[in-house]
Amino acid sequence: MADHNQNTEVLFGLYTDEEILLDAVKEANNDHLDIMDVYTPFPVHGLDPLLGLAESRLHQAGFVYGLIGATLGFGFMTWVFTRDWPIIFGGKPYWSVPAFIPITFELTVLFAAVGMVITFYIVCGLGPGAAPPRLHDRITDDKFCIAFDVTGASSEKVNQLRSFFSSTGVESVHTKTI
Amino acid sequence: MSGHVSPIREPLITGGKTYHQITEDICAPTERTPSTAWIIAFIISVLCLGLFVFTVAWTIWVGIGSWNLNRTINWSWDITNFVWWVGIGHAGTLISAILLLFRQKWRTGVNRAAEAMTIFAVICAGQFPLIHMGRLWLAFFIFPYPNTRGPLWVNFNSPLLWDVFAISTYFTVSLVFWYTGLVPDFATVRDRAKGFRKKLYSVLSFGWTGSAKHWQRWESLSLVLAGLATPLVLSVHTIVSFDFATSVIPGWHTTIFPPYFVAGAIFSGFAMVQTLMLISRKVLNLKDYITLQHIESMNKVILLTGSIVGVAYLTELFIAWYSGYIYEQFAFMNRVMGPYYWSYIGMMLCNVLSPQIFWSKKMRRSIFWTFFMSIFINIGMWFERFVIIATTLARDYLPSSWSYYTPTWVEIGIFIGSLGLFFTLFLAFTRIAPVVAIAEVKSILKTSGDQYIGKDAHHGHTHKPKDIQAGGTVDIDDPISGQGADH
Repeated sequence: MADHNQNTEVLFGLYTDEEILLDAVKEANNDHLDIMDVYTPFPVHGLDPLLGLAESRLHQAGFVYGLIGATLGFGFMTWVFTRDWPIIFGGKPYWSVPAFIPITFELTVLFAAVGMVITFYIVCGLGPGAAPPRLHDRITDDKFCIAFDVTGASSEKVNQLRSFFSSTGVESVHTKTI
Repeated sequence: MSGHVSPIREPLITGGKTYHQITEDICAPTERTPSTAWIIAFIISVLCLGLFVFTVAWTIWVGIGSWNLNRTINWSWDITNFVWWVGIGHAGTLISAILLLFRQKWRTGVNRAAEAMTIFAVICAGQFPLIHMGRLWLAFFIFPYPNTRGPLWVNFNSPLLWDVFAISTYFTVSLVFWYTGLVPDFATVRDRAKGFRKKLYSVLSFGWTGSAKHWQRWESLSLVLAGLATPLVLSVHTIVSFDFATSVIPGWHTTIFPPYFVAGAIFSGFAMVQTLMLISRKVLNLKDYITLQHIESMNKVILLTGSIVGVAYLTELFIAWYSGYIYEQFAFMNRVMGPYYWSYIGMMLCNVLSPQIFWSKKMRRSIFWTFFMSIFINIGMWFERFVIIATTLARDYLPSSWSYYTPTWVEIGIFIGSLGLFFTLFLAFTRIAPVVAIAEVKSILKTSGDQYIGKDAHHGHTHKPKDIQAGGTVDIDDPISGQGADH
């Protein structure tokens, strides 16, 4: 969503239930309000299409990583046993493909999984030491938050947002500069 | 919220919890001073861990001769323990990956602890191949790396090397899967903590905010990791069974080994999950999240896999007879009636006969019998590995080299010590991390909480936000906090 520049003024409302939140987001869409982000304590299904979030492409990245793992694993074993140091084990051919399957499989899974996890943390900007601004302590507990960027917004705009909040059953409305 | 739920489904979360109450209940064990029971258990575990360090150091210092292995029986307690621990390490990924793909909601109550158990069990398992090499400082020889000896590579055709790749991949993937699931829950603990704990959990939670886009990616990642972990978990014990099945030893050289080992691994893994969960739910006061329904579901898996294992035992006997091959027939006669007949009896009794009590619903829902059986099964599964490994080796092709094996105090010490390693890690985990996946439990509350489904649910009340929108009020009619739910 929007980049968190320094000194962004945020107006946010906390809701107590995901169903109220979903209706509020629909309402915001009807009113053409530009939601900065929505924060929830757990994944709320049905929220992504309302916010217009495109489907995550992580799995495509995972497929590519898996392909790299498979190619590297299989290619390396092939190179070792046919080019670098061919040895006959038990009268089998140098290039004994069935025997390469287990390691190829393991490396496929290893590369896909680890690659996806690293990609996930990078694209989300998360990691040890990362401290993105946080709006409220109860968001990871039981509150569902809709946030608006109100940096330099007119008081009319702010009032419109406040009346939006109170008409959608918000529990409390706060402002915070992040 | 997410789809239709059958009215006959039992609730998975009891006590009419609210989201906040879930947070409170599950975070509590990480926030309060440890109980006396925890401290005593931890001291015992650390002492056992000390025994592990001492006996391993002794093995390395004196040499592998401090074990009672001999020319005939050259694998025994070491590899038995290895296979036993790897097997136990299968339940966690099965619960969190395969049950996620099958959309089994009961997994949310137990997946976190089961996955932790998996990781710790694999750590314990990994010790044994290293120790039994004898020259621990040369353990890096098992990795293919450019070296000064040729360059001579490892043998990629060897199941023992496949094992290296399978187990290290399994460990790594389970670890990242588990940790990614933990990140949002660490954030929950962080936002409640103060002082040093706040700093600690800020680092552990990776700066998690709960943004909608992050949750979307998190769910997508979890699903694909589950898809990857599912064949992985099946491959690991398959490859462990290849250690035996690809050899030409009668009794090991059987094609039935991969499915038979995988079923046995799930069987023993679930038994260990039951042992740990039954203690945890009592000591950590999590009975509303790990309910009798969870225990019953796991007992059903135990009954199924135990019976698969039983069929495998009988199939082995039948095929040995049917093959007409005298060495194979001898190997199995020797298992049943040879010098180690007692371990075969132990195996049959603990793994095949006794789990049949779980055909009865009363037994499946009995805490006492579940706990009793969980211990029994783990003993039985240890015997199974001992039967396969030591019994088979004790009688080889040359009667003049037949032998018998009893462990030395060093081998017994290493085994007890590995239990110490396991429980030290698990007890530390219960103090540091939320034992139940907080976010995942919250996400099933509306479909599995006892105020929504089951016999105590508030029938006829549908929670529609429209009710409150009409009035434009901020006073929310909230059934999950129990207020205004009875109108």
